[in-house]
Amino acid sequence: MLAALSLLLVCQLCGEVLVRWLALPVPGPVAGMLLLFLLLALRRGPDEELRSTSQNLLKHLSLLFVPAGTGILLHLGRVGEQWLALLLSLLVSTVLTLLVTAWVMRLCTRSKP
Amino acid sequence: MTQPIGELWVYLSASPLLGLTVTLLAYQLAHGLYLRSGQHPLANPVLIAVAILASLLWLTGTSYETYFAGAQFVHFLLGPATVALAVPLYTQFRRVRSMLLPISAGLLAGSATAIVSAVLIARLFDADLATQASLAPKSVTTPIAMGIAEKIGGLPSLTAVLVIFTGVLGAIVAGKVFAIARISDPAIRGFSLGVASHGIGTARAFQVDEQTGAFAALAMGLNGLLTALLLPVIAGWLFQ
Repeated sequence: MLAALSLLLVCQLCGEVLVRWLALPVPGPVAGMLLLFLLLALRRGPDEELRSTSQNLLKHLSLLFVPAGTGILLHLGRVGEQWLALLLSLLVSTVLTLLVTAWVMRLCTRSKP
Repeated sequence: MTQPIGELWVYLSASPLLGLTVTLLAYQLAHGLYLRSGQHPLANPVLIAVAILASLLWLTGTSYETYFAGAQFVHFLLGPATVALAVPLYTQFRRVRSMLLPISAGLLAGSATAIVSAVLIARLFDADLATQASLAPKSVTTPIAMGIAEKIGGLPSLTAVLVIFTGVLGAIVAGKVFAIARISDPAIRGFSLGVASHGIGTARAFQVDEQTGAFAALAMGLNGLLTALLLPVIAGWLFQ
């Protein structure tokens, strides 16, 4: 687990450095994900340790969003005043995004020979 | 008797230990309720954990900054977890390669829809400009969205909250929406969830199966990239 966790952090670190150095508009962790992907392609797949460590980390992905979500406390005033606009915007836009993405993908899958 | 307890509270409330511990406990409680409900989407563990923690902080008069001093250790793991998404992505890569056209077209359409519809609906209901700008990057994962919000005149900490609620809403409604629209391909379901609701949608998708999860992870990464490139441009004419 230790080696796999270190590998993840090294990839993230390289990602952060690369993004800052080249002034890319991409966040460091996303660049780190691409780096790890390239590494896996070179190595022809993850070893058992990396597979189980990433599986464990991703199993509790939801937990990692909890601290930021609790930040709603900082915006109670604004959320209270504009709750209708916020709720409708989030709900309608999310449903639209799901539908548009899925429909466009299905359209392109079908039109393929 | 009250004196030592008061002192104990002074010590605990100043240490990061408490914030970290209550975050883990609240999440486990929320996750337990989610499992007991038969993984019902409305019992979303993020939503319940946030509700528990926000009430707790409010009742004890604890500031968010004090809480976050402890909770930041959990927040930090978002980075390595994002990197770890490369693993399921790699295992599903053969399927991804065979779907390059639908993936690129779906990504472009979905990403633009997420940004433009969120801003225009909020404007229709009289949200102010800072709220509209905070909403624009709501469909991409937290660290990316906060960076974008700052660039286009939004409030990064508000964006973080809106991102989380977008994820929760997507995880709640996706199953119904796909059933009504008769979308059954796990690759398309997963990818759409990832475009609309980033990591929380991805977490939900991984509970369905690994293929759905891998496509959601791919979509989350790609949409983060695309939105980071696209939104500063779109913001130019959305907020002129």
